[in-house]
Amino acid sequence: MELVCPAGNLPSLKAAVDNGADAVYMGFKDDTNARHFAGLNFTQRTFEKAVSYAHDKGRKVYVAINTFPQPAGFERWKAAVDQAADYGVDALILADMGVLDYASSKWPDLRLHLSVQASVTTAEGIGFYHDNFGIRRVVLPRVLSVRQVAHVITQSPVPVEVFGFGSLCVMVEGRCLLSSYATGRSPNTYGACSPASHVRWEETGDGTNTRLNGVLIDHYAEGEKAGYPTLCKGRFQVGEHTFYALEEPTSLNTLSILPELRKIGVSAIKVEGRQRSPAYVAQVTAVMRAAIDSCMENPVGYQAKSQWMRELSNVSEGSQTTLGAYHRPWQ
Amino acid sequence: MKLSIGPIQYFWERQRVLDFYQQVADCPAEIIYLGEVICSKRRLLTFEDWLAIGNELQQSGKEVILSSLTLLEAASEMASLKKLCTNQSFMVEANDISAVQILYKQKQPFVTGPSVNIYNSRSLKLLAEKGLKRWVLPVELGLETLRDLQAERPEGVETEVFALGRLPLAYSARCYTARSHNLPKDDCRFKCIEYPDGRLLKTREEQDFLVLNGIQTQSALTHQVLDQLPSLRALAVDVLRISPQSEHTMHIVEVFDAALAGDDTDPLLETLLDLLPIGACNGYLLEHAGMNLNPEAKHETPQTA
Repeated sequence: MELVCPAGNLPSLKAAVDNGADAVYMGFKDDTNARHFAGLNFTQRTFEKAVSYAHDKGRKVYVAINTFPQPAGFERWKAAVDQAADYGVDALILADMGVLDYASSKWPDLRLHLSVQASVTTAEGIGFYHDNFGIRRVVLPRVLSVRQVAHVITQSPVPVEVFGFGSLCVMVEGRCLLSSYATGRSPNTYGACSPASHVRWEETGDGTNTRLNGVLIDHYAEGEKAGYPTLCKGRFQVGEHTFYALEEPTSLNTLSILPELRKIGVSAIKVEGRQRSPAYVAQVTAVMRAAIDSCMENPVGYQAKSQWMRELSNVSEGSQTTLGAYHRPWQ
Repeated sequence: MKLSIGPIQYFWERQRVLDFYQQVADCPAEIIYLGEVICSKRRLLTFEDWLAIGNELQQSGKEVILSSLTLLEAASEMASLKKLCTNQSFMVEANDISAVQILYKQKQPFVTGPSVNIYNSRSLKLLAEKGLKRWVLPVELGLETLRDLQAERPEGVETEVFALGRLPLAYSARCYTARSHNLPKDDCRFKCIEYPDGRLLKTREEQDFLVLNGIQTQSALTHQVLDQLPSLRALAVDVLRISPQSEHTMHIVEVFDAALAGDDTDPLLETLLDLLPIGACNGYLLEHAGMNLNPEAKHETPQTA
């Protein structure tokens, strides 16, 4: 199973490569990818350095151009595709049909991976993108149980990559508009969810409010650690109760089911976190590398070491982790 | 412009659904979408029931489309989708790319719902080549993009706009209605039937924010484009979709029908606002946050397509 790690900037890319990632994924400094944050991503200069660093060590580089261009901006996505292709990267991670059509026609030899943002959860869906654009791999949304992933793999025309660690989207990726309902900006149209441009932290008499375009996402009492107001991770009132109505802040962690993922034929494990620090990338990559190696060497005897679990919890949202949708009762 | 009634998003008792479509048969909307688009556990109406309702509506002069499930996870859901796509009576609304693939392979024309991401002309053209006959503008896209898409739209493809309804914003593996009752999806006890307009979610300062509808999350405010009809007409939009609510849907259809006939919009808008569960928004169409309402924009008319 290939280990695919996030590279939000050059230090993170180096951290990923140095700690054993087989491949890194990155994006340009604009809304052509779904981690469009200030201070993140690569310029022309750092991009070249990044590709060289990874390739010198025999690792692969994937470039995410996985948002959905509207007509006015389409030329910019084409330019991003061309730029990445020029640099000789190993694959593009794409979601939009128009961009896939462009990339597959203009660069027929360039590997295309289908982004989680394409929101494909079935073999038929994968077939559409395979038949029309020759995709060579698909990243599955985090809404399927392990059994459902297994079923997709048996019928998929291409290898399957799944998320193995990181912040969790609870809504099926590529079709979540919660952020644009509140702010006018969504991952699809702007490359970011719950964008910083609309975030406000408010000190009140009894703690901190976090707001997104004025909407109260959560309130933290004195001493409670305030989290970033990702819209779906707030506490809301439904009926009589105030609780994490959509999702708790938690991270996905598949360490305990790696042998199962291997058994059902998963080809690559993806770590989420291009917006996280190089320290995060180093830590998670090292743990996942050790765990995957251990699992591949001895799948039957494999155990998720408590030290690994501790190290991952330390870098997890809310300091806790979950199996998410892979585990049926979570749903 | 024609009016359509979109698929019922909520879980209603069987008789309520049957009564609803009895009324629909006599209403001015020309196009009717039928079927379960949210959750495969909702089985009070069978596939055969939907076909029967469709046949009756067709006999009343309606164009009938069968809508498909939006989020597909289980093998059984794929099997149901395949069965739906083999029906010989009605065109299918694909709400997921799987349905597009099936219908294309069967060489059948199809409609795409708002959850199929058509954001640019190249995507639209590609799907038209696969048999797309009508598409619904994804709800977060605004008039400027609509104008650009209409300017290059392929021959023989109709454009439909989500004109009224609580906005479909997200879909999950989790059932949020069940979760709000502390139940897992596999033992949901069909709680969503208790909320014929979905279950309201408020912020901690009591702002009405979202609505839980099983695995779907919706806006609490009802998106409405009644005051944008001149713009939509100028852009050659073909169909306006009214998404059913538990009450007043027929009255809402009449309001839109009157507006299309040229009646004065201001009093109609006042009437409309009283018919909505909470209130209105139209931000998406005007390139704002979806939850906003922008009355000052109602006199803008973008360049004609």
